[in-house]
Amino acid sequence: MIAITDMTGAQIAAAVKGGRLTARAVAEAFLARTEALNPHLGAFTAITTDRALGKADAVDAQIAAGGDPGPLAGVPFAVKNLFDVKGISTLAGSKINRDLPPADEDAALVERMEAAGAVLTGALNMGEYAYDFTGQNAHDGPSRNPHDPDYMSGGSSGGSGTATAAGMVPITLGSDTNGSIRVPSSLCGLFGLKPTYGRLSRARTFPFVASLDHLGPIARSVSDLALAYDAMQGPDTEDPACTDRTPEPVAANLEAGADSVRVARAGGYFAQGALPEAFEAVARIAQAVGSDETVDIPDAKAARGAAYLITMSEGASLHLDRLKTRHADYDPDVRDRLIAGAMIPGAWVTKAQKLRRIYREKMLKLFETVDVILAPATPCRAPRIGQQTMVLDGVEMPVRPNLGLFTQPISFIGLPVVTVPVWTDGEALPIGVQLIAAPWREDLALRLAHQLEKAGVVAAPVANITGH
Amino acid sequence: MSDDTFDVEAMIDAMAAFLDLPVEESYRPGIAGHLTVARAIAADVLSFDTSDEAEPAPVFRT
Repeated sequence: MIAITDMTGAQIAAAVKGGRLTARAVAEAFLARTEALNPHLGAFTAITTDRALGKADAVDAQIAAGGDPGPLAGVPFAVKNLFDVKGISTLAGSKINRDLPPADEDAALVERMEAAGAVLTGALNMGEYAYDFTGQNAHDGPSRNPHDPDYMSGGSSGGSGTATAAGMVPITLGSDTNGSIRVPSSLCGLFGLKPTYGRLSRARTFPFVASLDHLGPIARSVSDLALAYDAMQGPDTEDPACTDRTPEPVAANLEAGADSVRVARAGGYFAQGALPEAFEAVARIAQAVGSDETVDIPDAKAARGAAYLITMSEGASLHLDRLKTRHADYDPDVRDRLIAGAMIPGAWVTKAQKLRRIYREKMLKLFETVDVILAPATPCRAPRIGQQTMVLDGVEMPVRPNLGLFTQPISFIGLPVVTVPVWTDGEALPIGVQLIAAPWREDLALRLAHQLEKAGVVAAPVANITGH
Repeated sequence: MSDDTFDVEAMIDAMAAFLDLPVEESYRPGIAGHLTVARAIAADVLSFDTSDEAEPAPVFRT
């Protein structure tokens, strides 16, 4: 019989609703695994045991009374610690925010997950203020890759990647400004969904770059991504960027398949500047779906540059007052980058925003002839924790900003992406591929990911952690 | 962009004063590195052809 902590969220919900498991037993199993593994892996910064058991008991009581707690009945989840969790200070990976009072309300997406029956078990480690692709944190230590703890989880939703891959929870929530869901999904071997910009409410989360910030789920199955995504959709006047579109649920249509979905590989910028494993993973997916098409994404290098400048500038604007009064309390890597961001000219940033519109119009033209574009999620498998530089195409470059060089030009224009995990025989660590769709077509990327998962081309097993 | 006239140390001094930002000596190499990278990256952005009528697009509502 499968261990509870190896089960997907969909399996758990079915078992809880079918009376084969109690939500309490599920919560206790995941909390026990979390308590055992977290000291070694650095995924959680707060474990909300009492809250989780209380919610689990409420789910069980609802079922005992003949009610339906929802599609995520009894499914444990945890959130990057930039989501407000009632009773906990929202750290956003920082030392400075430890001085904030505890949040008096949950983030909108936490409320929506719990309204669907899910059980929050805690808050997760992350790169400071989300300005990170490594999963390292100067204050809480690194979130480690469960497949080999000497290696990075990826960031900035590093604890989200670690917790999901280690089987501490089946589903986590993260944020993605330039790649912070997709990078840890790639390095930890997970499915990650960065929805269309504006799709999911960011209310009551700590921001980074308002015009680029997205939230989304990470999971070990596409069904779980879809269940969480469906539960979290819906308008919210508390997030000015949140769409007022009617929710477009996907979970019930995953089995519709993706045979009619037109797939092509991204060429040009996305076919260079990475280690061979990144391109091999893309080729494996293309072969599995029978696609030999390539599309050139125009101006991707300039787009990445524009995202880079907007991030520096908007991030600096957010932190300007703190940089004056609390500069010594920042992670030095983050502080120096934010101070530099405060010094770059506004005219550059406005130009970058104009470029954004033109680049987006060009990209939307591509989607007239293709439905999903494949691109590497990261240029390499997970680097070692502490590794400062890497060599790509013969050029030595810093790890921290460049793990996101393939994700940044995509989130820049808000396109929805599902990252799928690819494994190679003989390699301990996975690497991800981005399935990129047109705005508001998360359904196509999720259906394709589901088809690949069913065919065994991609998979997200719980890490085999020695001694546990 | 030409680097002939770009003095990153002078820029840090001037902008730190302009913005009233405290910059400790130990922060300077990091800030200088990020400014230099940003300037190189900006070259791609600034050479991009945008018309005078092009509108910034921070939020998409299609």
